[in-house]
Formats: sequence, structure tokens, C-alpha cells
Amino acid sequence: MKLVTAIIKPFKVDDVKEALKSAGVQGMTVSEARGFGRQGGHTETYRGSEYQIDFVPKMKMELVIDDADVDRVVDVIVRAASTGKIGDGKVWVTTVEQIVRIRTGEHGADAI
Amino acid sequence: MLSAATIDSGATAWVLVSTALVAFMTPGLAFFYGGMVRSKNILGMLMQNIFAMGLISVLWAAIGFSLAFGGDGAYIGNFDFLFMKDLGTIAELPGYTKEFGLVVPIMVFFAFQMMFAVITPALITGATADRLKFSAYAVLIGVWGVVVYPTVAHWVFSPNGWLFKRGALDFAGGAVIHVNAGVAALAVILVLGNRKGWPREAMPPHNLPFTVLGTGILWFGWFGFNAGSALGANGLAAQALVNTHLAAAAAMCGWLVVEKLRAGHATTLGAASGAVAGLVAITPCAGFVGGFAPVIIGLTAGVVCYLALSLKTKFGFDDSLDVIAVHLVGGILGAVLLGFFADTKVNSLGFDGIFFGGGADLLIDQLVALGATIAFSFIVTWIIAKAIDATIGLRVSSEDELVGLDQSQHAESAYQ
Repeated sequence: MKLVTAIIKPFKVDDVKEALKSAGVQGMTVSEARGFGRQGGHTETYRGSEYQIDFVPKMKMELVIDDADVDRVVDVIVRAASTGKIGDGKVWVTTVEQIVRIRTGEHGADAI
Repeated sequence: MLSAATIDSGATAWVLVSTALVAFMTPGLAFFYGGMVRSKNILGMLMQNIFAMGLISVLWAAIGFSLAFGGDGAYIGNFDFLFMKDLGTIAELPGYTKEFGLVVPIMVFFAFQMMFAVITPALITGATADRLKFSAYAVLIGVWGVVVYPTVAHWVFSPNGWLFKRGALDFAGGAVIHVNAGVAALAVILVLGNRKGWPREAMPPHNLPFTVLGTGILWFGWFGFNAGSALGANGLAAQALVNTHLAAAAAMCGWLVVEKLRAGHATTLGAASGAVAGLVAITPCAGFVGGFAPVIIGLTAGVVCYLALSLKTKFGFDDSLDVIAVHLVGGILGAVLLGFFADTKVNSLGFDGIFFGGGADLLIDQLVALGATIAFSFIVTWIIAKAIDATIGLRVSSEDELVGLDQSQHAESAYQ
């Protein structure tokens, strides 16, 4: 089992969600996040004073999937989230040791 | 007893409405400032403004009005109207006779002036944002609202006041309200010190929509402030209303042009700030100028107040929300420009300025009024602030400042 974490542009959330649903993914969790990568932040000007805003708003999307689906799911996310411009975000995959579905008590792949 | 014939019902109706308009400005100011502070301090800011409506109204009824408008003294009123004694029955207010006679009941004048007394100390909160202890603020404006405001109001507004008699003009309170509060704000922050991290750390506004909302309320209320100061429902009130609107409009344009040229973007905060700068500058002039003068005064205010923003970084005082650049500089500018643009064809109770054949007399009187207001307000406010700092402390602890005023001073959060 793998945890796929994607940091994407906020306006891409719906596109990515729809693409993942079409690809058969059954669940995901999103949260608002702020951060920066190579894109860096941006400047804002208030009454003539410039402020460097380092942390840019992003969405963090997390989904747990079966090992066999990893390449396909990552590919779907990358294609749906891409604009070709700097600041599109990142996707990474980590191994998950255990999952439990709370309602039924199912473990492992059955709980996905 | 005032004979019924001298009371003008139209004037009374308009000044009653204006009183409500000016009362609405203080919550407007709360949102204007509240949007500009960080999210952990907005309740502290709203509270300080709204609390002025509570405390200052009571003090005004108890003693403030009497000190501002009682008696025949040139420098201060007296105690004749303490606790509103005789206000409902006396025939006329000292000094308000002949050409200065009131055509509204004294009770209406009392209420109208009360709203000015309320908003003036509230203006200071923009400079002291994020670090002034609430208890210290209560004592500060309480003492200030009894000692400083009524004194300057007496000098300038009361026909018995020495600056009024000298010939200084201040239609709706450029010196009494804006210069007075602006210089008091400077005195307080010199005792209070800068916000932790200023100017190194970014402290951008947390909710500019609130600031724009507050600007709208202020602009709306300012029609009562300035046009209500005609104390009549007549052509002068209409002139003051038009002047008020045009100055705000022109100042917004002026501010945005300089901002675009110097900082690269025309901003919503700039539009809001420019409008307020214009409203400040036209306040002393509103019932004494006409024609295209309000546009010129407004444009100048927009440009000059924008340029004045850099004073705080140049001199290193943390005037957090630019009370000095907008209210002190804008108020001084309006009072000085009145020395050029005043026109007795607009208001026969005024004097002609330099551009209307009056020579430099009025300008000199304006400068005397400004100098006296600035010196008195600065010195007395500084002493009050120092005394509070030495006793109960003016500033919150650094831990409380970090947590924010909302939690540390009021045990509340604005946003859950």
C-alpha cells in the first residue's frame, strides 16, 4: 500500500479530483497548505511598502492506494495538475505499513 | 428661554440626522483600521474604537461638553453644564449669539458635538495598533477626552475661544479633530515604542475588504460630519456636502496616480487611504471654499499624504496604520490650503484667503491655530502617556503581543 501526496495549485483541485475518480480512485483527502519551491513567493505592496510573501497557497491532496496502481495514479495526477508553468507542485509516494477501516475493522488492502 | 421662532425645524432635522451619520463613523473607523491589522488583533482594534463610543459619550455628558462650550473664557470652558445641568432649558449657548446664533436646539448641538468627541480619540488607535494595553487605552482616552479634546474644541469651535476670535477657521474640525488626534498619536507611540519586529517583519493587512467597507462607512458618515457642521439645512450645507465628496474623489485619484508611478500598482488600500486623506483635508475647508477648490485640495491631499507615508520609516516611529501621514499631514494641509482658498462669497462668516484677495492674514491665523494645537496636544498627551506608562504600564507584555490583543486583552478570537 502506498500513500500518494500531491501538492498542487488550488485551482487544479477539481480537475485532479475528477481525473482520479475517472481512474477509479475511491477516496482522497485534501487540505489547504502553504509553501514554496523553485517558484518562490511573490511580493505584495501595501501603502508603498513591499512585502515578500514566501508561502504561497497550495492544496495538499492525499490518497492511499494499492501498490499496483501507483504509476497509473501518479500519472493521472501529473497530467491533470500540469499547467506547464513554474509552481505546478510535486507528487511523492511513500509506503504505508497498515490501514484500518474504522467502521468494519478491515485491515490492509481490503481497507483501501 | 429660546423663542420657538428661532428654531428652524429643517435645520434641526438635518443636524439630528447628521449626528447619527457621525456616530456611524466610529464603527466605520473600526473596520477601516480592523482590516489593516493582523488577524490576531482585529477584536482589539474593533473594541478600542467601539469602546470610545461608550466611555467618551459618558464623559462628554458629565464634563466634556461643559469644558468645551461653557462660559466666556478664551482658553477653556467652565463647569456650568456639568452633568448636563441646564442644557435643556437655557436660552443660548455662551458665544453663540447674533450671527453665530444656533437655529437648532442646544440639545441637538450637544449630541452632534458628542459624536466628534467620540471619534477623535478613536483615531489614535491606528497608530498604537497591536500593542496598547486595553486598560491603559481606557485611561488614556478618558483623560485625553476631558483634558485635551474639550480644550482645543473650545479654542477653535467656540466663538469665545481665542483661536476663533483671532480669526482662525476650522469648519468641521481639521485642527480640533484630525491634527489634534494625529499629533496625540505621535506623542503616544513615542512613549509606547514600535511593534515587535517592525519594520523588519512583514505585517500586511489581514482583511482589506473590511478596510474598504470601513472607508464606505466613513465617507457616508462624513457628509454628516462636514455638511452637518453648517448647523443648518441650507445652501452652505449643500456646498459642504459637495466639497466633501469631490475632495474624497480627487484625493483617491491623486493617491492612485502617485502609487502607480512609484510602487507599480494602483491598490484597493490606496484607493481607500486616498479617499480618507481627501476627507480629512477638506474637513476644515468644507464650508468656506467653493468652485473647483475641493478638487484641488483633494488632489493635493492624495499626493502629499501618500508621500508622507515614508516619514515613519525615515524617522523610525511605528505609526502602524499611518494616522500621522493621513490625519496629521492631511489635517495640516487642509488648514493651510484654507488660507489660500477661503472665499467669503461661499460663507460670509469666513474670511478671504490669499487667492481671493484676503492677503496673508487668514493663512497666518491658520498657522497660529495649527502651532497652538500641535504644541498643546503633543505636550499634554505625552505627559498623560508617560504617567500611564509609569503607573499601570502602557504596553502589553511581549508574550501578550505575540499572542495578539484578541486573546490576551479580551479572551476572544475573531475567527474560529
